[in-house]
Amino acid sequence: MSTTTAITEQRVVESLTDQVEPRYKMVTENVNIYYDKTRAVKNLTMKFPEKSVTAIIGPSGCGKTTYLRCLNRMHDMTQNARVEGKVILDHVDLYDTHIDPIYHRRKVGMVFQKPNPFPTMSIYDNVVAGVRLNGVRKRSILDEIVEDCLKLSYLWDEVKDILKRPAIELSGGQQQRLCIARALAIQPEVLLMDEPASALDPIATQKIEETITELKEDYCIIIVTHNMQQAVRCSDYTGFMYLGELVEHGRTKQVFERPANQLTAKYVQGQFG
Amino acid sequence: MFKSNVSRRLLVDKIVIGVVICCALIAIIPLFWILGTAIYNGLPALSWAFLTEEPGAVGAGEIAIGPAIQGTLIIIGLSAVLGLPVGIMGGIYLAEFGGNGRFVKQIRFFMDVFMQVPSIVMGIFAFLAVVLLLGEFSVWAGAFALSLIMFPIVARSTEEAIRMVPWTYREAGAALGLTKMVVTMRIVLAQAKKGILTGVLLSISRVGGETAPLIMTILGSSVFFIDTDTPMDALPLRIWRFSLQPYDEARIAGWGAALTLVLIIFVIHFCVRYLFLGNKDLSGILRSRGGRRN
Repeated sequence: MSTTTAITEQRVVESLTDQVEPRYKMVTENVNIYYDKTRAVKNLTMKFPEKSVTAIIGPSGCGKTTYLRCLNRMHDMTQNARVEGKVILDHVDLYDTHIDPIYHRRKVGMVFQKPNPFPTMSIYDNVVAGVRLNGVRKRSILDEIVEDCLKLSYLWDEVKDILKRPAIELSGGQQQRLCIARALAIQPEVLLMDEPASALDPIATQKIEETITELKEDYCIIIVTHNMQQAVRCSDYTGFMYLGELVEHGRTKQVFERPANQLTAKYVQGQFG
Repeated sequence: MFKSNVSRRLLVDKIVIGVVICCALIAIIPLFWILGTAIYNGLPALSWAFLTEEPGAVGAGEIAIGPAIQGTLIIIGLSAVLGLPVGIMGGIYLAEFGGNGRFVKQIRFFMDVFMQVPSIVMGIFAFLAVVLLLGEFSVWAGAFALSLIMFPIVARSTEEAIRMVPWTYREAGAALGLTKMVVTMRIVLAQAKKGILTGVLLSISRVGGETAPLIMTILGSSVFFIDTDTPMDALPLRIWRFSLQPYDEARIAGWGAALTLVLIIFVIHFCVRYLFLGNKDLSGILRSRGGRRN
Protein backbone atom coordinates (compact mmCIF):
# COMPACT_ATOMS: atom_id res chain seq x y z
CA MET A 1 0.00 0.00 0.00
CA SER A 2 1.43 3.35 -1.01
CA THR A 3 1.82 6.19 1.48
CA THR A 4 -0.66 8.39 -0.38
CA THR A 5 -3.38 5.75 -0.25
CA ALA A 6 -2.72 5.21 3.44
CA ILE A 7 -3.07 8.92 4.18
CA THR A 8 -6.24 9.17 2.13
CA GLU A 9 -7.72 6.19 3.95
CA GLN A 10 -6.82 7.70 7.28
CA ARG A 11 -8.59 10.93 6.31
CA VAL A 12 -11.66 8.97 5.29
CA VAL A 13 -11.69 7.11 8.60
CA GLU A 14 -11.26 10.40 10.48
CA SER A 15 -14.08 12.10 8.67
CA LEU A 16 -16.27 9.02 9.14
CA THR A 17 -15.68 8.95 12.90
CA ASP A 18 -16.47 12.64 12.89
CA GLN A 19 -19.82 11.90 11.39
CA VAL A 20 -20.78 8.90 13.53
CA GLU A 21 -22.94 10.12 16.35
CA PRO A 22 -21.37 8.85 19.60
CA ARG A 23 -23.47 7.52 22.47
CA TYR A 24 -23.93 10.28 24.98
CA LYS A 25 -23.49 9.57 28.67
CA MET A 26 -24.42 12.97 29.96
CA VAL A 27 -26.34 15.81 28.40
CA THR A 28 -27.11 19.28 29.70
CA GLU A 29 -29.92 21.37 28.25
CA ASN A 30 -30.28 25.12 28.68
CA VAL A 31 -28.45 25.22 31.98
CA ASN A 32 -28.43 28.59 33.73
CA ILE A 33 -26.64 29.03 37.01
CA TYR A 34 -27.13 32.02 39.26
CA TYR A 35 -25.27 33.28 42.29
CA ASP A 36 -27.97 35.43 43.87
CA LYS A 37 -28.89 37.61 40.88
CA THR A 38 -25.68 37.18 38.90
CA ARG A 39 -26.03 34.74 36.02
CA ALA A 40 -22.70 32.88 35.89
CA VAL A 41 -23.63 30.30 33.25
CA LYS A 42 -25.98 31.15 30.40
CA ASN A 43 -28.17 28.72 28.48
CA LEU A 44 -25.51 26.09 28.25
CA THR A 45 -26.32 23.00 26.20
CA MET A 46 -23.62 20.38 25.90
CA LYS A 47 -23.30 16.65 25.32
CA PHE A 48 -20.67 14.36 26.75
CA PRO A 49 -19.99 11.08 24.88
CA GLU A 50 -19.25 7.98 26.93
CA LYS A 51 -15.71 6.59 27.15
CA SER A 52 -14.15 9.87 26.20
CA VAL A 53 -12.51 12.93 27.69
CA THR A 54 -14.13 16.32 27.24
CA ALA A 55 -12.10 19.36 28.19
CA ILE A 56 -13.75 22.64 29.09
CA ILE A 57 -11.45 25.58 28.51
CA GLY A 58 -11.83 29.32 28.83
CA PRO A 59 -10.40 32.35 30.60
CA SER A 60 -10.67 32.83 34.36
CA GLY A 61 -14.15 33.64 35.57
CA CYS A 62 -15.92 32.32 32.48
CA GLY A 63 -18.00 29.86 34.52
CA LYS A 64 -16.14 26.61 33.79
CA THR A 65 -15.98 25.43 37.38
CA THR A 66 -19.47 26.69 38.12
CA TYR A 67 -20.76 24.63 35.21
CA LEU A 68 -18.77 21.54 36.20
CA ARG A 69 -20.15 21.67 39.72
CA CYS A 70 -23.73 21.60 38.49
CA LEU A 71 -23.08 18.21 36.86
CA ASN A 72 -22.71 16.77 40.35
CA ARG A 73 -25.34 18.90 42.10
CA MET A 74 -22.53 20.42 44.14
CA HIS A 75 -24.37 23.74 44.04
CA ASP A 76 -26.89 22.24 46.46
CA MET A 77 -24.26 22.88 49.08
CA THR A 78 -23.81 26.55 48.19
CA GLN A 79 -26.42 28.70 49.85
CA ASN A 80 -26.91 31.41 47.24
CA ALA A 81 -26.48 29.30 44.10
CA ARG A 82 -29.43 28.30 41.91
CA VAL A 83 -29.46 26.01 38.88
CA GLU A 84 -32.05 26.03 36.09
CA GLY A 85 -32.28 23.66 33.15
CA LYS A 86 -31.73 19.96 32.70
CA VAL A 87 -28.70 17.80 33.45
CA ILE A 88 -29.43 14.35 32.10
CA LEU A 89 -27.41 11.28 33.01
CA ASP A 90 -28.55 8.14 31.17
CA HIS A 91 -31.98 9.67 30.45
CA VAL A 92 -32.55 10.73 34.06
CA ASP A 93 -32.71 14.41 34.94
CA LEU A 94 -30.49 15.04 37.97
CA TYR A 95 -32.47 18.13 38.89
CA ASP A 96 -35.77 16.29 38.96
CA THR A 97 -37.37 17.11 42.30
CA HIS A 98 -37.84 13.41 43.13
CA ILE A 99 -34.15 12.71 42.87
CA ASP A 100 -31.85 12.79 45.87
CA PRO A 101 -28.43 14.25 45.01
CA ILE A 102 -26.77 11.55 47.15
CA TYR A 103 -27.83 8.88 44.67
CA HIS A 104 -26.32 10.74 41.74
CA ARG A 105 -23.10 11.76 43.35
CA ARG A 106 -22.25 8.06 43.63
CA LYS A 107 -22.49 7.86 39.86
CA VAL A 108 -20.66 11.11 39.20
CA GLY A 109 -17.30 11.25 40.95
CA MET A 110 -15.39 14.46 41.39
CA VAL A 111 -11.75 15.48 41.78
CA PHE A 112 -11.19 19.00 43.05
CA GLN A 113 -8.67 21.65 42.08
CA LYS A 114 -6.80 21.50 45.37
CA PRO A 115 -5.92 18.00 46.61
CA ASN A 116 -8.16 17.38 49.61
CA PRO A 117 -7.52 13.97 51.15
CA PHE A 118 -9.18 13.63 54.55
CA PRO A 119 -6.37 14.68 56.92
CA THR A 120 -7.37 12.47 59.82
CA MET A 121 -7.38 9.30 57.71
CA SER A 122 -4.63 7.02 56.43
CA ILE A 123 -3.96 6.48 52.73
CA TYR A 124 -5.92 3.22 52.87
CA ASP A 125 -8.87 4.80 54.69
CA ASN A 126 -8.96 7.70 52.26
CA VAL A 127 -9.34 5.41 49.26
CA VAL A 128 -12.15 3.41 50.82
CA ALA A 129 -13.79 6.37 52.59
CA GLY A 130 -16.70 6.54 50.17
CA VAL A 131 -17.20 2.79 50.07
CA ARG A 132 -16.82 2.17 53.79
CA LEU A 133 -18.99 5.07 54.91
CA ASN A 134 -21.61 3.83 52.45
CA GLY A 135 -21.71 0.55 54.33
CA VAL A 136 -19.14 -1.88 52.88
CA ARG A 137 -17.23 -3.43 55.78
CA LYS A 138 -15.67 -6.63 54.46
CA ARG A 139 -11.90 -6.40 54.68
CA SER A 140 -11.10 -8.50 51.61
CA ILE A 141 -13.36 -6.36 49.41
CA LEU A 142 -11.85 -3.15 50.76
CA ASP A 143 -8.30 -4.45 50.22
CA GLU A 144 -9.13 -5.27 46.64
CA ILE A 145 -10.69 -1.84 46.02
CA VAL A 146 -7.65 -0.08 47.48
CA GLU A 147 -5.23 -1.99 45.27
CA ASP A 148 -7.33 -1.62 42.10
CA CYS A 149 -7.99 2.08 42.52
CA LEU A 150 -4.43 2.98 43.48
CA LYS A 151 -3.17 1.07 40.45
CA LEU A 152 -5.65 2.90 38.23
CA SER A 153 -4.42 6.23 39.52
CA TYR A 154 -0.76 5.17 39.13
CA LEU A 155 -0.08 5.53 42.84
CA TRP A 156 0.10 1.91 43.97
CA ASP A 157 3.84 1.39 43.51
CA GLU A 158 4.65 4.52 45.49
CA VAL A 159 2.41 3.84 48.48
CA LYS A 160 1.86 0.07 48.68
CA ASP A 161 4.16 -0.23 51.70
CA ILE A 162 2.87 2.82 53.57
CA LEU A 163 -0.89 2.38 53.25
CA LYS A 164 -1.40 2.96 56.97
CA ARG A 165 0.47 6.26 57.03
CA PRO A 166 -1.52 9.51 57.20
CA ALA A 167 -2.52 10.75 53.75
CA ILE A 168 -1.28 14.27 54.46
CA GLU A 169 2.29 12.99 54.50
CA LEU A 170 2.12 12.47 50.71
CA SER A 171 3.33 15.11 48.25
CA GLY A 172 0.83 17.34 46.47
CA GLY A 173 0.87 15.26 43.28
CA GLN A 174 0.49 12.02 45.20
CA GLN A 175 -2.36 13.50 47.21
CA GLN A 176 -4.16 14.45 44.01
CA ARG A 177 -3.73 10.94 42.60
CA LEU A 178 -5.01 9.64 45.94
CA CYS A 179 -8.09 11.84 45.49
CA ILE A 180 -8.57 10.35 42.02
CA ALA A 181 -8.34 6.85 43.55
CA ARG A 182 -10.84 7.88 46.22
CA ALA A 183 -13.24 9.13 43.55
CA LEU A 184 -12.82 5.91 41.52
CA ALA A 185 -13.46 3.70 44.55
CA ILE A 186 -17.18 4.40 44.53
CA GLN A 187 -17.26 3.16 40.92
CA PRO A 188 -18.69 6.27 39.29
CA GLU A 189 -19.80 6.34 35.67
CA VAL A 190 -18.73 9.91 35.06
CA LEU A 191 -15.63 11.57 36.50
CA LEU A 192 -15.49 15.33 36.89
CA MET A 193 -12.10 16.94 37.28
CA ASP A 194 -11.72 20.58 38.20
CA GLU A 195 -8.24 21.67 37.08
CA PRO A 196 -6.76 18.56 38.68
CA ALA A 197 -3.18 19.45 37.79
CA SER A 198 -3.17 23.21 38.33
CA ALA A 199 -1.30 22.97 41.63
CA LEU A 200 1.20 20.35 40.48
CA ASP A 201 4.64 20.28 38.92
CA PRO A 202 5.19 19.02 35.32
CA ILE A 203 6.08 15.45 36.35
CA ALA A 204 3.05 15.06 38.60
CA THR A 205 0.93 16.66 35.86
CA GLN A 206 2.20 14.12 33.36
CA LYS A 207 1.25 11.29 35.69
CA ILE A 208 -2.23 12.69 36.19
CA GLU A 209 -2.62 12.97 32.41
CA GLU A 210 -1.49 9.38 31.96
CA THR A 211 -4.10 8.41 34.51
CA ILE A 212 -6.79 10.33 32.62
CA THR A 213 -5.83 8.68 29.33
CA GLU A 214 -5.98 5.28 30.98
CA LEU A 215 -9.33 5.97 32.63
CA LYS A 216 -11.15 7.07 29.51
CA GLU A 217 -11.31 3.44 28.39
CA ASP A 218 -14.07 3.00 30.96
CA TYR A 219 -15.32 6.37 32.05
CA CYS A 220 -16.83 9.52 30.69
CA ILE A 221 -14.41 12.18 31.91
CA ILE A 222 -15.09 15.89 31.99
CA ILE A 223 -12.11 18.04 32.82
CA VAL A 224 -11.90 21.77 33.40
CA THR A 225 -8.47 23.12 32.56
CA HIS A 226 -6.60 26.36 32.17
CA ASN A 227 -3.82 24.62 30.37
CA MET A 228 -4.53 24.40 26.64
CA GLN A 229 -1.70 21.97 25.96
CA GLN A 230 -3.25 19.70 28.52
CA ALA A 231 -6.58 19.87 26.72
CA VAL A 232 -4.84 18.97 23.44
CA ARG A 233 -2.87 16.13 25.01
CA CYS A 234 -5.59 14.30 26.85
CA SER A 235 -9.03 15.25 25.58
CA ASP A 236 -11.13 13.97 22.67
CA TYR A 237 -13.61 16.83 22.75
CA THR A 238 -13.20 20.43 23.80
CA GLY A 239 -15.69 23.08 24.78
CA PHE A 240 -14.65 26.73 24.88
CA MET A 241 -16.53 28.94 27.31
CA TYR A 242 -16.49 32.71 27.47
CA LEU A 243 -18.45 34.95 29.85
CA GLY A 244 -20.72 32.12 30.92
CA GLU A 245 -21.57 30.97 27.41
CA LEU A 246 -20.42 28.03 25.36
CA VAL A 247 -18.72 29.55 22.34
CA GLU A 248 -17.58 26.40 20.60
CA HIS A 249 -17.74 22.67 21.19
CA GLY A 250 -16.32 19.93 19.03
CA ARG A 251 -13.52 17.46 18.58
CA THR A 252 -10.37 18.77 20.25
CA LYS A 253 -8.40 18.61 17.02
CA GLN A 254 -10.97 20.64 15.18
CA VAL A 255 -11.37 23.23 17.95
CA PHE A 256 -7.64 23.81 18.13
CA GLU A 257 -6.72 23.51 14.46
CA ARG A 258 -9.79 24.76 12.62
CA PRO A 259 -11.86 26.73 15.13
CA ALA A 260 -15.17 27.89 13.72
CA ASN A 261 -15.39 30.94 15.91
CA GLN A 262 -13.09 33.95 15.83
CA LEU A 263 -13.04 34.18 19.62
CA THR A 264 -11.98 30.55 19.99
CA ALA A 265 -9.22 31.08 17.45
CA LYS A 266 -7.90 34.06 19.41
CA TYR A 267 -8.06 32.18 22.69
CA VAL A 268 -6.32 29.02 21.51
CA GLN A 269 -3.65 31.12 19.86
CA GLY A 270 -3.04 32.78 23.20
CA GLN A 271 -4.12 36.26 22.12
CA PHE A 272 -6.12 36.68 25.32
CA GLY A 273 -6.66 34.59 28.44
CA MET B 1 13.59 54.26 49.66
CA PHE B 2 12.99 50.93 51.37
CA LYS B 3 16.61 50.32 52.23
CA SER B 4 16.91 53.43 54.35
CA ASN B 5 14.37 52.40 56.97
CA VAL B 6 15.30 48.72 57.29
CA SER B 7 17.05 49.17 60.62
CA ARG B 8 14.10 51.11 62.00
CA ARG B 9 11.67 48.43 60.85
CA LEU B 10 13.82 45.71 62.39
CA LEU B 11 13.90 47.66 65.66
CA VAL B 12 10.11 48.04 65.70
CA ASP B 13 9.83 44.32 64.95
CA LYS B 14 12.03 43.46 67.93
CA ILE B 15 10.17 45.83 70.23
CA VAL B 16 6.79 44.34 69.29
CA ILE B 17 8.06 40.79 69.79
CA GLY B 18 9.51 41.85 73.16
CA VAL B 19 6.20 43.38 74.26
CA VAL B 20 4.30 40.26 73.20
CA ILE B 21 6.65 38.00 75.17
CA CYS B 22 6.40 40.26 78.23
CA CYS B 23 2.61 40.20 78.09
CA ALA B 24 2.63 36.41 77.82
CA LEU B 25 4.90 36.20 80.86
CA ILE B 26 2.72 38.60 82.83
CA ALA B 27 -0.30 36.46 82.00
CA ILE B 28 1.48 33.29 83.10
CA ILE B 29 2.89 34.66 86.39
CA PRO B 30 -0.43 34.61 88.35
CA LEU B 31 -1.06 31.06 87.13
CA PHE B 32 2.21 29.75 88.50
CA TRP B 33 1.86 31.91 91.58
CA ILE B 34 -1.50 30.34 92.41
CA LEU B 35 -0.19 26.87 91.66
CA GLY B 36 2.96 27.48 93.73
CA THR B 37 0.97 28.85 96.68
CA ALA B 38 -1.41 25.89 96.54
CA ILE B 39 1.48 23.43 96.54
CA TYR B 40 3.43 25.30 99.23
CA ASN B 41 0.50 25.62 101.60
CA GLY B 42 -1.39 22.49 100.66
CA LEU B 43 1.30 19.88 100.49
CA PRO B 44 1.78 19.64 104.31
CA ALA B 45 -1.91 18.78 104.68
CA LEU B 46 -1.86 15.85 102.27
CA SER B 47 -1.79 12.39 103.75
CA TRP B 48 -3.50 9.11 103.00
CA ALA B 49 -5.92 9.58 105.89
CA PHE B 50 -6.67 13.17 104.81
CA LEU B 51 -7.55 12.07 101.30
CA THR B 52 -9.54 8.94 102.09
CA GLU B 53 -11.32 9.31 105.43
CA GLU B 54 -14.50 11.01 106.55
CA PRO B 55 -14.01 14.29 108.41
CA GLY B 56 -14.52 14.41 112.16
CA ALA B 57 -14.13 17.23 114.66
CA VAL B 58 -11.75 19.98 113.60
CA GLY B 59 -10.11 20.46 117.00
CA ALA B 60 -9.47 16.73 117.36
CA GLY B 61 -7.24 16.62 114.30
CA GLU B 62 -9.75 14.54 112.33
CA ILE B 63 -9.83 16.71 109.27
CA ALA B 64 -10.32 14.74 106.04
CA ILE B 65 -11.74 15.24 102.57
CA GLY B 66 -12.56 11.68 101.44
CA PRO B 67 -16.28 12.32 100.81
CA ALA B 68 -15.49 15.64 99.12
CA ILE B 69 -13.17 14.00 96.60
CA GLN B 70 -15.69 11.27 95.92
CA GLY B 71 -18.49 13.83 95.62
CA THR B 72 -16.51 15.99 93.19
CA LEU B 73 -15.83 13.01 90.94
CA ILE B 74 -19.49 11.96 91.04
CA ILE B 75 -20.84 15.45 90.38
CA ILE B 76 -18.40 16.09 87.51
CA GLY B 77 -19.21 12.70 85.97
CA LEU B 78 -22.95 13.11 86.31
CA SER B 79 -23.06 16.67 85.00
CA ALA B 80 -20.85 15.61 82.07
CA VAL B 81 -23.28 12.79 81.26
CA LEU B 82 -26.15 15.27 81.31
CA GLY B 83 -24.46 18.29 79.75
CA LEU B 84 -21.93 17.03 77.20
CA PRO B 85 -24.20 15.14 74.76
CA VAL B 86 -26.67 18.02 74.64
CA GLY B 87 -23.85 20.54 74.30
CA ILE B 88 -22.01 18.68 71.55
CA MET B 89 -25.17 17.86 69.60
CA GLY B 90 -26.34 21.46 69.99
CA GLY B 91 -23.02 22.70 68.66
CA ILE B 92 -23.25 20.35 65.68
CA TYR B 93 -26.75 21.62 64.94
CA LEU B 94 -25.68 25.26 65.13
CA ALA B 95 -22.65 24.74 62.89
CA GLU B 96 -23.93 22.29 60.27
CA PHE B 97 -27.70 22.06 60.18
CA GLY B 98 -29.11 25.31 61.51
CA GLY B 99 -28.10 27.47 58.57
CA ASN B 100 -27.76 31.16 59.22
CA GLY B 101 -31.35 32.18 59.81
CA ARG B 102 -32.86 34.25 62.58
CA PHE B 103 -33.68 31.22 64.73
CA VAL B 104 -30.07 30.04 64.86
CA LYS B 105 -28.77 33.55 65.46
CA GLN B 106 -31.14 33.88 68.41
CA ILE B 107 -30.08 30.54 69.86
CA ARG B 108 -26.47 31.58 69.51
CA PHE B 109 -27.14 34.90 71.23
CA PHE B 110 -28.97 33.28 74.14
CA MET B 111 -26.22 30.70 74.46
CA ASP B 112 -23.67 33.51 74.81
CA VAL B 113 -25.84 35.20 77.42
CA PHE B 114 -26.33 31.85 79.17
CA MET B 115 -22.56 31.50 79.42
CA GLN B 116 -22.27 34.80 81.28
CA VAL B 117 -25.04 34.15 83.78
CA PRO B 118 -23.58 34.01 87.33
CA SER B 119 -23.44 30.42 88.46
CA ILE B 120 -25.43 31.14 91.61
CA VAL B 121 -28.39 31.93 89.37
CA MET B 122 -28.12 28.42 87.95
CA GLY B 123 -28.02 27.18 91.54
CA ILE B 124 -31.19 29.07 92.43
CA PHE B 125 -32.87 27.79 89.29
CA ALA B 126 -31.90 24.19 90.09
CA PHE B 127 -33.07 24.75 93.65
CA LEU B 128 -36.47 25.88 92.44
CA ALA B 129 -36.80 23.39 89.63
CA VAL B 130 -35.41 20.25 91.24
CA VAL B 131 -34.84 20.63 94.99
CA LEU B 132 -38.25 22.12 95.75
CA LEU B 133 -39.92 19.72 93.34
CA LEU B 134 -38.35 16.61 94.86
CA GLY B 135 -38.47 18.08 98.34
CA GLU B 136 -34.84 17.30 99.19
CA PHE B 137 -31.29 18.33 98.43
CA SER B 138 -29.94 15.83 95.92
CA VAL B 139 -27.04 14.93 93.66
CA TRP B 140 -29.37 15.22 90.68
CA ALA B 141 -30.10 18.85 91.44
CA GLY B 142 -26.36 19.59 91.63
CA ALA B 143 -25.64 17.77 88.40
CA PHE B 144 -28.54 19.58 86.73
CA ALA B 145 -27.20 22.98 87.80
CA LEU B 146 -23.66 22.18 86.68
CA SER B 147 -24.79 20.71 83.36
CA LEU B 148 -26.61 23.99 82.67
CA ILE B 149 -23.27 25.75 83.10
CA MET B 150 -21.48 23.18 80.95
CA PHE B 151 -23.94 23.08 78.09
CA PRO B 152 -23.44 26.53 76.49
CA ILE B 153 -19.65 26.36 76.84
CA VAL B 154 -19.52 23.00 75.09
CA ALA B 155 -22.08 23.95 72.45
CA ARG B 156 -20.32 27.16 71.44
CA SER B 157 -16.83 25.66 71.42
CA THR B 158 -18.09 22.65 69.41
CA GLU B 159 -19.68 25.03 66.93
CA GLU B 160 -16.49 27.03 66.59
CA ALA B 161 -14.35 23.90 66.22
CA ILE B 162 -16.64 22.55 63.48
CA ARG B 163 -16.63 25.88 61.66
CA MET B 164 -12.83 25.75 61.58
CA VAL B 165 -12.92 22.60 59.41
CA PRO B 166 -12.40 23.76 55.79
CA TRP B 167 -15.47 23.56 53.57
CA THR B 168 -13.59 21.59 50.94
CA TYR B 169 -13.71 18.40 53.06
CA ARG B 170 -17.49 18.58 53.25
CA GLU B 171 -17.59 18.87 49.47
CA ALA B 172 -15.17 15.98 49.09
CA GLY B 173 -17.42 13.89 51.33
CA ALA B 174 -20.58 14.92 49.48
CA ALA B 175 -18.89 14.12 46.14
CA LEU B 176 -18.44 10.56 47.38
CA GLY B 177 -22.21 10.25 47.70
CA LEU B 178 -22.25 10.43 51.48
CA THR B 179 -25.21 11.86 53.35
CA LYS B 180 -24.77 15.08 55.26
CA MET B 181 -25.03 13.25 58.58
CA VAL B 182 -22.24 10.82 57.64
CA VAL B 183 -20.05 13.64 56.36
CA THR B 184 -20.61 15.57 59.60
CA MET B 185 -20.17 12.67 61.99
CA ARG B 186 -17.34 10.79 60.31
CA ILE B 187 -15.33 13.40 58.44
CA VAL B 188 -15.97 16.83 59.95
CA LEU B 189 -16.10 15.74 63.60
CA ALA B 190 -12.89 13.75 63.22
CA GLN B 191 -11.14 16.95 62.26
CA ALA B 192 -12.86 19.10 64.87
CA LYS B 193 -12.12 16.59 67.64
CA LYS B 194 -9.30 18.51 69.26
CA GLY B 195 -11.25 21.75 69.40
CA ILE B 196 -14.33 20.01 70.80
CA LEU B 197 -12.18 18.25 73.39
CA THR B 198 -10.70 21.57 74.49
CA GLY B 199 -14.22 22.93 75.03
CA VAL B 200 -15.22 19.81 76.96
CA LEU B 201 -12.18 20.06 79.23
CA LEU B 202 -12.71 23.78 79.78
CA SER B 203 -16.27 23.12 80.85
CA ILE B 204 -15.21 20.30 83.17
CA SER B 205 -12.62 22.56 84.81
CA ARG B 206 -15.20 25.28 85.16
CA VAL B 207 -17.84 23.13 86.87
CA GLY B 208 -15.21 21.33 88.95
CA GLY B 209 -14.53 24.59 90.76
CA GLU B 210 -18.12 25.83 91.10
CA THR B 211 -19.27 26.37 94.68
CA ALA B 212 -22.34 28.57 94.62
CA PRO B 213 -24.69 26.24 92.70
CA LEU B 214 -23.68 23.34 94.93
CA ILE B 215 -24.60 25.13 98.17
CA MET B 216 -28.18 25.29 96.97
CA THR B 217 -28.36 21.81 95.52
CA ILE B 218 -26.15 19.14 97.08
CA LEU B 219 -25.73 21.12 100.31
CA GLY B 220 -22.61 19.32 101.60
CA SER B 221 -22.12 16.35 103.88
CA SER B 222 -19.57 14.78 106.21
CA VAL B 223 -20.11 11.23 105.10
CA PHE B 224 -19.41 9.27 101.94
CA PHE B 225 -21.98 9.16 99.16
CA ILE B 226 -25.14 7.32 100.18
CA ASP B 227 -27.71 7.91 97.51
CA THR B 228 -28.46 10.35 94.69
CA ASP B 229 -31.46 11.63 96.69
CA THR B 230 -29.42 12.78 99.67
CA PRO B 231 -26.94 15.63 100.24
CA MET B 232 -23.36 15.00 99.18
CA ASP B 233 -20.03 16.73 99.67
CA ALA B 234 -17.75 18.24 97.01
CA LEU B 235 -14.28 19.79 97.15
CA PRO B 236 -15.27 23.41 96.46
CA LEU B 237 -17.93 23.19 99.18
CA ARG B 238 -15.44 21.67 101.60
CA ILE B 239 -12.84 24.36 100.83
CA TRP B 240 -15.47 27.01 101.45
CA ARG B 241 -16.43 25.43 104.78
CA PHE B 242 -12.78 25.16 105.82
CA SER B 243 -12.29 28.81 105.01
CA LEU B 244 -15.09 29.79 107.38
CA GLN B 245 -13.41 28.12 110.36
CA PRO B 246 -11.04 30.12 112.59
CA TYR B 247 -8.45 27.36 113.04
CA ASP B 248 -4.98 27.04 111.51
CA GLU B 249 -5.64 23.37 111.00
CA ALA B 250 -8.69 24.17 108.88
CA ARG B 251 -6.78 26.76 106.87
CA ILE B 252 -4.07 24.24 105.97
CA ALA B 253 -6.70 21.63 105.19
CA GLY B 254 -8.38 24.14 102.88
CA TRP B 255 -5.15 24.57 100.93
CA GLY B 256 -4.74 20.79 100.86
CA ALA B 257 -8.25 20.41 99.43
CA ALA B 258 -7.56 23.15 96.87
CA LEU B 259 -4.39 21.41 95.76
CA THR B 260 -6.30 18.13 95.48
CA LEU B 261 -8.92 19.80 93.29
CA VAL B 262 -6.22 21.17 91.00
CA LEU B 263 -4.63 17.72 90.77
CA ILE B 264 -7.97 16.07 89.97
CA ILE B 265 -8.64 18.54 87.14
CA PHE B 266 -5.13 17.99 85.84
CA VAL B 267 -5.53 14.19 85.87
CA ILE B 268 -8.91 14.46 84.10
CA HIS B 269 -7.35 16.65 81.39
CA PHE B 270 -4.49 14.24 80.96
CA CYS B 271 -6.68 11.12 80.82
CA VAL B 272 -9.26 12.60 78.43
CA ARG B 273 -6.58 13.74 75.99
CA TYR B 274 -4.80 10.42 76.26
CA LEU B 275 -7.97 8.44 75.61
CA PHE B 276 -9.49 10.50 72.83
CA LEU B 277 -6.59 11.73 70.76
CA GLY B 278 -5.33 9.50 68.00
CA ASN B 279 -1.64 10.01 68.72
CA LYS B 280 -0.95 8.35 72.02
CA ASP B 281 2.51 9.69 72.62
CA LEU B 282 2.93 12.19 75.43
CA SER B 283 4.33 14.94 73.26
CA GLY B 284 1.20 14.77 71.13
CA ILE B 285 -0.98 15.19 74.19
CA LEU B 286 0.93 18.21 75.41
CA ARG B 287 1.16 19.76 71.97
CA SER B 288 -2.40 19.25 70.89
CA ARG B 289 -4.01 22.21 72.63
CA GLY B 290 -5.63 24.52 70.11
CA GLY B 291 -5.69 24.34 66.35
CA ARG B 292 -5.27 21.62 63.83
CA ARG B 293 -1.90 20.74 62.43
CA ASN B 294 -1.61 20.91 58.68
